[in-house]
Amino acid sequence: MGQIRTKPDSQIYTFEGFGTDKFPNFMLRGAGNLRNWHIHNYEQRHEGYEGLRKALKMEPTAVTGEVKASGLRGRGGAGFPTGLKWTFMPKDSDERKHTRYVVCNADEGEPGTFKDRAIMEYNPHQLIEGMIIAGWAMQCKQGFIYVRGEFKWLVDKLDAAIQEARDAGYLGKNILGTGWDFDLLTYRGAGAYICGEETALLNSMEGRRGEPRVKPPFPATKGAYGQPTTVNNVETLASVPVILRIGGAAYAAIGTPNNTGTRIFGVSGHVKRPGLYELPLGTPMDFLVNDLAGGCSTGRKIKAIIPGGCSAPMLDAADFDCPMDFDAMKARGTMAGSGGVIVMDEDVCIVEAVLRLTRFYAHESCGQCTPCREGCNWLEMVLHRIEHGEGKPGDLELIASLTPRINLRTLCPLGDAACGPIDSALQKFRHEFEHHIEHKTCFVKGAKLTSAMGVH
Amino acid sequence: MNHPLPPETSDRPLAPGQRLAHSPRATLSADCVREIEALATKYPEKLAATLPALYLAQADLGFAGLEAMKEVARVLDIPEGHVFGVATFYTMFHQKPVGKFHMQVCTNLCCALRGGAKLFEKLCARLAVKPGEVSPDGMWSVEEVECLGSCGSGPCLQVNHEVYDEFLDTARLDAVISACRQGNVPVWGK
Ligand SMILES: Cc1cc2nc3c(=O)[nH]c(=O)nc-3n(C[C@H](O)[C@H](O)[C@H](O)COP(=O)(O)O)c2cc1C
Ligand code: SF4
Ligand code: FES
Repeated sequence: MGQIRTKPDSQIYTFEGFGTDKFPNFMLRGAGNLRNWHIHNYEQRHEGYEGLRKALKMEPTAVTGEVKASGLRGRGGAGFPTGLKWTFMPKDSDERKHTRYVVCNADEGEPGTFKDRAIMEYNPHQLIEGMIIAGWAMQCKQGFIYVRGEFKWLVDKLDAAIQEARDAGYLGKNILGTGWDFDLLTYRGAGAYICGEETALLNSMEGRRGEPRVKPPFPATKGAYGQPTTVNNVETLASVPVILRIGGAAYAAIGTPNNTGTRIFGVSGHVKRPGLYELPLGTPMDFLVNDLAGGCSTGRKIKAIIPGGCSAPMLDAADFDCPMDFDAMKARGTMAGSGGVIVMDEDVCIVEAVLRLTRFYAHESCGQCTPCREGCNWLEMVLHRIEHGEGKPGDLELIASLTPRINLRTLCPLGDAACGPIDSALQKFRHEFEHHIEHKTCFVKGAKLTSAMGVH
Repeated sequence: MNHPLPPETSDRPLAPGQRLAHSPRATLSADCVREIEALATKYPEKLAATLPALYLAQADLGFAGLEAMKEVARVLDIPEGHVFGVATFYTMFHQKPVGKFHMQVCTNLCCALRGGAKLFEKLCARLAVKPGEVSPDGMWSVEEVECLGSCGSGPCLQVNHEVYDEFLDTARLDAVISACRQGNVPVWGK
């Protein structure tokens, strides 16, 4: 086993009033304390494995029913109702029961998103408990946690935590006397953002190239190793023990109707106190950015916010009051995505910011479909020349003609994700692009965001 | 077998596999072979051992070049082409040697907003290496990487697999470099 990190962490995880009824602390218990991860802390201080004990006394379908009643929606990006997803698993014969899988998506790689890492660092048992409950609800025998390759120390930590859970009888044979066997295995990726897409993740976990699969068949029919599989995000699964413990109805009372419970928002960029803040869904964005994260760190005005990981279309000042939930974000033309809020002040060159994000997508495209593979590269080249004062009249029209040829025309949503930032920037900050093309120079005087040296 | 290859010319291109760098040692150590063999039965299918086996081979031979790929295919008894495809898909398998301290700086947007790109240039200047190259003494290599999941505490730097440094400023950067020099950071492959 490798070395388990002991370096102190100076990140912010809390705020005044956190942990009260108004702002319950479900997901960040003990965050910041690197010794918190052990099972005895989880059991004694954080009501650990209570949800599992309750679940194992219930029928599996009743557990799924409880998750449905909670209204929990996936925290990985798409916001799909978790209970509903679980019911897609086939409910049939015994022999299929042996080979259903529940998979945790811990490939966190969306720029702006850093919440799953905190859960695994400080509360790995909450994730493990959630996976066991999910395994019981769907009658699986085996679960996998797919962790991105860079998080090697977290894989080691998860392995150690899984062993603790095994020793305590929560994993392995005949769990808590129910006669049901379930175990967990970690799998480490190797540095590919696209492996966060659930079917690419399954391919990668089978030891293949991380290329998304054609759907249908969906994972619930034919997933890992050709067997019925459910893939859920870390935060989604870690919410499940809370739901079982306090009850689906109590969980559903938090947040807004149809957008229930709490989620971890990560604030990064130009704010005074970047960090992770757990808030009920539907909390207004300016409360998070201004009251909790302290507003702009540079003393200037905030120009743009990307509200849900870098794939979410950006918002300008008119929308900073938006409630942070799946439906409200959608109504404003963006998405709640992964909960990563990226704040940019007025000195940021939007053209350069979009160029950097497009370079990311061009680099991370798996290359299977032509619109994404070629389109992202073209977008990067056009943006590059605009940014470097070589833009031509007509370039913006060229971009506007390219994105509809990528958006919704690819195998997986990475192509769409690449278009989100560009389309929204062109719509809201078009004058910056025009200024670049016309005057061959930047609209603002902020520091450069990209290095001329990079070789990707 | 292993005839020396003629140099590549425009009318005699080499196959992708023939362009791969060679490692000084052609076979894996006995320990490494044993570990890979144990992986073959760890997952529901043998093929799933490809990624973890490549990690082991990369650590054993220094990088995931031709020999590492061939050895993984041999020990697991899976097609060489499959291993090549996998090894070249993922950025964490290095087809060329890297330095003893492989410094990976995130320059994606959140880190860039807090000076990631500048720090990357500073790091290259301080270590006198260009991205993608290894310093002549074999100590350093630098790479610009995408989001490392530390966006709130960026810019951040990862050295090899273990150390993860956040809230990076010039002073932290110097501290990390001297920690490496003093042997307080695990070297590549350890
Ligand atoms: C390009 C791409 C990257 C993704 N990356 C992640 C990721 O890093 N983590 C994650 O949980 N979901 C990611 N997703 C979403 C997953 O495909 C999937 O929707 C999610 O794991 C479902 O879990 P949930 O229902 O719990 O949200 C990504 C999707 C795409 C298209
Ligand atoms: S959209 Fe891009 S990343 Fe997704 S499958 Fe197609 S090429 Fe691959
Ligand atoms: S953007 Fe640098 S760690 Fe996420």
